[in-house]
Amino acid sequence: METKKYSRGGEFMVKDIEAGDIFIPEEFDEEQKMIAETCRDFLDTEVMPNLDRLDAQEEGFARSLLNKAGELGLLGISIPEEYEGFGQSFVTSMLASEVMGSAYSFAVTYSCHTGIGSLPIYYFGNDEQKQKYLPRLASGEWAGAYCLTEPGAGSDANSGKTRATLSGDGMHYILNGQKMWITNTGFADVFTVFAKIDNDRVLSAFIVERTFPGIKFNPEEKKMGIKGSSTRQIFFEDCMVPVENLLGGRGKGFRIALDILHMGRIKLGGNVIGAAKLAIDQSVNYANERKQFGQLISSFGSIKYKLAEQVIRTFANESAVYRASRNVDEFIEAHPEWSKEEAIVKAFEEYAIEAAILKVYGSEALDYVVDEGVQIHGGMGYSSEMPIERGYRDSRINRIFEGTNEINRLVTIDTLNKRGAKHDFDLYELGNEIIHGLDSLEGCCCCEQDYFKNQKSAAKQLKIVGVMLMKAVSDHFGRQMMNEQEILNNISNIVMRAYVAESTMLRIQKKEMMGHDIAVYKDLLDVLVYDSAEYVRKEAMDAVNSFLDGDTKKRFVKGIKHYTCVKPVNVKDARRRIADKLIEENKYCF
Amino acid sequence: MKILVCLGNVPDTTTKVKFADGAALDKTGIQWIINPWDELALTRAVELKEDSGNAVDQVTVITVGGKDAEPTLRKALAIGADEAIRIDAEPADAYSVAAQIAEAVRDKGFDLILSGIESSDYNGSMVSGMLAEFLNNPSVSAVSGILIQGSEVELTREIDGGKEQVVVPAPFVAAVQKGIAREPRIAAMRGIMMARKKPLTVIPAVDVNPLTEFVKFELPQPKPPCKMIDAEDIDVLVQWLQNEAKVL
Repeated sequence: METKKYSRGGEFMVKDIEAGDIFIPEEFDEEQKMIAETCRDFLDTEVMPNLDRLDAQEEGFARSLLNKAGELGLLGISIPEEYEGFGQSFVTSMLASEVMGSAYSFAVTYSCHTGIGSLPIYYFGNDEQKQKYLPRLASGEWAGAYCLTEPGAGSDANSGKTRATLSGDGMHYILNGQKMWITNTGFADVFTVFAKIDNDRVLSAFIVERTFPGIKFNPEEKKMGIKGSSTRQIFFEDCMVPVENLLGGRGKGFRIALDILHMGRIKLGGNVIGAAKLAIDQSVNYANERKQFGQLISSFGSIKYKLAEQVIRTFANESAVYRASRNVDEFIEAHPEWSKEEAIVKAFEEYAIEAAILKVYGSEALDYVVDEGVQIHGGMGYSSEMPIERGYRDSRINRIFEGTNEINRLVTIDTLNKRGAKHDFDLYELGNEIIHGLDSLEGCCCCEQDYFKNQKSAAKQLKIVGVMLMKAVSDHFGRQMMNEQEILNNISNIVMRAYVAESTMLRIQKKEMMGHDIAVYKDLLDVLVYDSAEYVRKEAMDAVNSFLDGDTKKRFVKGIKHYTCVKPVNVKDARRRIADKLIEENKYCF
Repeated sequence: MKILVCLGNVPDTTTKVKFADGAALDKTGIQWIINPWDELALTRAVELKEDSGNAVDQVTVITVGGKDAEPTLRKALAIGADEAIRIDAEPADAYSVAAQIAEAVRDKGFDLILSGIESSDYNGSMVSGMLAEFLNNPSVSAVSGILIQGSEVELTREIDGGKEQVVVPAPFVAAVQKGIAREPRIAAMRGIMMARKKPLTVIPAVDVNPLTEFVKFELPQPKPPCKMIDAEDIDVLVQWLQNEAKVL
């Protein structure tokens, strides 16, 4: 069997990727589209008409929706067929996540159940555990939840105090401790719980059933948004867990937690696409109805700017999400020597950098979209009568859960640094070359005649800035570099923008190769690349001003200016053309 | 008993209709769906098959259309139809569609031939009646209920001020309307997976000349601006209705 080439995680920073090598959403096949349609039909008939009932936490209602999703098979998309699921690809599961992501609170209920609630058992369980739990989770007979966070252990997950000790007869682990912010607690039947055995320094994971003795639940938390999603504290007081419910072996918990988080981060990137597209629809619908000064507000430049930006960020996020998702599948396909579970978990580890980027960019893109969505609605946007108000509140959690954006920015750089140091790819070698070449730079290098060559060169230069700074920071601070969080955030933002801009560029180039009319997409790319270059320049300048001085700083400043030079764009007209397409169609159509 | 459901491949009902040159639909970016009324017929057919008391052993769906109509047929297979037939021709008008279907299904042993009462694209409401005529079968319109009682089929029709029940000998053709099915079906994952294994047969079209041709389409005139009159100003309203609208 021929092993397919795939890009290593993070390798995009040093490697030229061709449009033909990436997957774009325009390539979904008929079956994938049908699955998306099923998700949409389910939401339209069961969830969207009942959002108030969900947010009021009507007894049993969210659970009944999970049951209905289970009847349609939507809870088993990622579960293999031998455990009564449908064994779909990661890309397909991402498409389902995207559509379900528009379902406000229920999106969280669903993604918790199908992701962190079910997948730890699939990825790390032994066959008996899988046989017992996966068919029930795939059908919705049982609901799943995931207990990692504690009052004193949030971002620092390994510092949890929940303990497990072996019972005298060796038959049970006795769990004691407290977990908080646990999604689906109100009705979950199965919990993956992290605790340290005896005096272990690292976590272990346990499958805990709701009916095990010694579990108590606090009432529902009062939250800013996602009010329809059940969130409670859980107390384990001498909770008796059969020894066979240890998941993945003693001390494997932290690795499980991290791998599941990597997966959850990519999934979150998918979720927010659906939520953003819905908020854009609501925004343009309103702008196309609301009149002021005798005109529809969609005819005003200020509103068009917002609509266009909503589209650009959503499209860019979507481009990056499906590119990375397909990488996950390609990695799995390229490793038939491993079990499927092993390959999936290794794929999530492999693409940890991309996952962190998608989590941060996606959640911040959605926050922009809903924020400007409220603004487009004016006073009505502040009224609970309008759906955008709910969307605005529900969006905010995305920057917090699945690892805060602060943690994820550091994960991006920490992982990149380790990969560079291990020579997984030539990050620091390239950084060295770039820095040595700074003296010989001349003029601006954004003058290729061919449109895509030019854009490609612009996107590549953003990566060059990132690589150059990685090398400079690593040389300057050595092992202490992770203490320089502000500078690392600057570099992380550069890496993130470079990845997203490149993904968008490759997608649009591939669309052209597929014969699509890309006129308005060129506008989108022009604005994105122009904005990204300006943003990268500022972030890079902030970084070098924070740790370099003298001639070295001068050389870097020159380099930054050189590599962030892009062709000028009439951004006003470009944004207007993007907005006009949206206004004409009155729905997201990109 | 074998049921045939005739499906139209139509633009999604939220499509913003545009015309390429005044005489043809601009198909760019259109999402195609099963005509909603035909989907009701399909849903009822699948319900009848699932109800073990009825001896329905096969549900077949058929459409007249190009290859781009196949996703619609596979959706029908995912919802529960057993096999699909595509007659390889662009649908031209109701007469030609009915003639094509009649040629394809004549003598194939279908007992119930169902379609929606109309299509959501051209709203012609003609295919069903014409098909019955071509096949020399009874035709029943506006059917809101189908019950199979042994070898007899009892149909409920919506009529002015009430309902009527008729018993029709099979084979027959029925145009169904709202109320026919218990609830719309969503294609479940299992159905979607099974759809790829079910047969979808493409058969060549026969030579039929349409009786009509589209000359021109016109979009409705945009609504004139709405005139707002304060609820307190009854006099202004009366004056306006008399002098401007001239309806009083």
